[in-house]
Amino acid sequence: MGASSQDLRERWKTFSKCVCDGARLMVGQGDYQVYAAHIRKTHPDQEPMTEREFFRNRENARFGVGNRNGFRCC
Amino acid sequence: MDTIQKHGPWALVGALGAAALAIVATERGEAVNALWIVVAAVCVYLIAYRYYSLFIAEKVMRLDPARPTPAVRHNDGLDYVPTNKSVLFGHHFAAIAGAGPLVGPVLAAQMGYLPGLLWILAGVVFAGAVQDFIVLFVSMRRDGRSLGELIRAELGTIPGIIALVGTFLIMIILLAVLALIVVKALTGSPWGTFTVMATIPIALLMGVYSRYIRPGKIGEVSIIGFVLLMLAIVYGGSVADHPVWGPAFTFTGTQLCWMLIGYGFIASILPVWLLLAPRDYLSTFLKIGTIIGLALGIAVVAPHMQMPAVTKFVDGTGPVWSGQLFPFLFITIACGAVSGFHALISSGTTPKLIASEADARFIGYGGMLMESFVAVMALVSACVIDPGVYFTMNSPAALVGTTPETAAAAVTKLGFTVTPETISEAAKDVGETTIISRAGGAPTLAVGMAHIISSAIGGKAMMAFWYHFAILFEALFILTAVDAGTRACRFMIQDLIGLAVPSFKKTTAWVPSILATALCVTAWGYFLYQGVTDPLGGINTLWPLFGISNQMLAAVALTLCTVVIFKMKRERYAFVTILPTLWLCICTLTAGWQKIFSADPRIGFLSHADRYGTALAEGKILAPAKTIDQMSQIVFNDRVDAVLAGLFIGLVVAIAAFGILSAIRAFRADRWTALETDAAAVPAE
Repeated sequence: MGASSQDLRERWKTFSKCVCDGARLMVGQGDYQVYAAHIRKTHPDQEPMTEREFFRNRENARFGVGNRNGFRCC
Repeated sequence: MDTIQKHGPWALVGALGAAALAIVATERGEAVNALWIVVAAVCVYLIAYRYYSLFIAEKVMRLDPARPTPAVRHNDGLDYVPTNKSVLFGHHFAAIAGAGPLVGPVLAAQMGYLPGLLWILAGVVFAGAVQDFIVLFVSMRRDGRSLGELIRAELGTIPGIIALVGTFLIMIILLAVLALIVVKALTGSPWGTFTVMATIPIALLMGVYSRYIRPGKIGEVSIIGFVLLMLAIVYGGSVADHPVWGPAFTFTGTQLCWMLIGYGFIASILPVWLLLAPRDYLSTFLKIGTIIGLALGIAVVAPHMQMPAVTKFVDGTGPVWSGQLFPFLFITIACGAVSGFHALISSGTTPKLIASEADARFIGYGGMLMESFVAVMALVSACVIDPGVYFTMNSPAALVGTTPETAAAAVTKLGFTVTPETISEAAKDVGETTIISRAGGAPTLAVGMAHIISSAIGGKAMMAFWYHFAILFEALFILTAVDAGTRACRFMIQDLIGLAVPSFKKTTAWVPSILATALCVTAWGYFLYQGVTDPLGGINTLWPLFGISNQMLAAVALTLCTVVIFKMKRERYAFVTILPTLWLCICTLTAGWQKIFSADPRIGFLSHADRYGTALAEGKILAPAKTIDQMSQIVFNDRVDAVLAGLFIGLVVAIAAFGILSAIRAFRADRWTALETDAAAVPAE
């Protein structure tokens, strides 16, 4: 019994993370942890952007300067 | 035995779908339950996804899960990130679903629900979802490049430029038609106008909050914004009733038109974090939430369809838009069946985030099925309200007048009995002074949604709230699109002029930015103004133009897909894209031709111009024009629209010709000629 409620909680955690990540990506915000881990792994010499910088970077990438991803559908 | 286990359940799904469709199609004299429509649609989607998309994935594309995607090869944690399939599905769906699938089916309901339903289902399975899926595949195999770049690479430079110009024209028409929908919904509606205007300070507040107070806390700031929005709707009713503020928020169409043009100009030069990004949160989450809410509402309430399956207006005499079922139904419902605009999304951010090639089927084909489902729900919402009310709301003022009495008489004469009391009652229920001639789809959808949701939550007392909630939800993401679209348009103009004057390209410089924005706003503002002042309601003119341009872009995208299939030497499967391309070409070309040359002034731009031109020459003034100036303005507008339709025709023909040439060349070649990125080319990291 205990194991299955543990399992259920685990599943709920995965599910809610998926929903949150989905909601954030819908407005163009990727996963900061994934980004930071990627930079640390592949470019150990570089310091990853802070969470705040990452947020602004993604905001600009979505609508920002010189990019046409601001396309929204009909 | 294996076969039965494998296909048995699907055969049952197929049988259920067929039974539901049979009930929907053959029920006569008795109102059909909307659930049958939903069940039929879902079964069609399931079967199409299980079999047809699998066929495309395995035979046509030969998706290879082992092959590294752009996200894997270029992983930078930012633009290229291997992303969970479901998360990416949400991202893709939020990007493709907009006002289109909500408005088109509502307008198409004038022919009854059956023609629209059948086109939505057949269109999405064989054209729309196929396009989204294959464009996604083509872009994914080419480092996630954009549609324009793909066409340039696979078809040639000239077709690439033609496609870019086409995209630009679509943007202009799209922005105009979207803005027109907002104007139509808010004209003379202080409650609606107040709530929509309230979104601006709310968004500014959210912008400052997520810039300086708690950056990155999207959930938090969205909840604050949502609560404020709901308060704005609740208090909007009191504002509308207020002796001073009520009239202060009551505007005519022309006033709203100028306000929107001003808004588009200012909003698109403000920094993105201040207004656009927070508005984007609200509109995206509200959109998804409302879609889920509507689906639950239909499931719980199980309303009956009041609209007949087929009305007499299939002959082209309908008051909402002119033209016969073929080709105009297939133009009116673009998004939800097939939408060229999606080709831009499928070759935008999505292909850069796919973790495995195998996911493309769920995201590309599945995402479009989901949008189609939204279109079916919009169709249901429009058809569960009293058809008399539907035609009262969607007929031009020139036909139904402005009072409940004239409208009731005119609509009853059309064959849909309605009393003046019903019309006044319907307006009172939703908290408006009038619902007559509120064309554009959004108000009708809002009435339908209010009807459905209030049956589940709140009853009649909440109907006005739900109506304004629905109006706000549509206006909100339309305004986001206007803002983002004007920005995108401005970058396009700066790039184009930048070819001649390099300094113009600098998107941070003030002078080029303001000039390019002004150009863009003027372009869509012109069509918006023309639509707002059009006696036939504007939608009648602009929606077909938008539909033609959107389907035209789909034909272009599918031509690209066809060429790529030929280049991969898999021409035996090319029918998958050739058939929808042909159908779209036939529809857009016929519709375009009729819009220009039809002798019926209700359809043809030139005959309409002739009618006014002749009267003008005789010194006569035809209603609704009041002055000679307005007369010449109408003639001029008609000619501009005719030229535009002509441009669209030229575009389709040119791309189709280039496509055929490229396909023949690829067919004659003795080897694979598609320009895929080498899968083995993993950058050293």
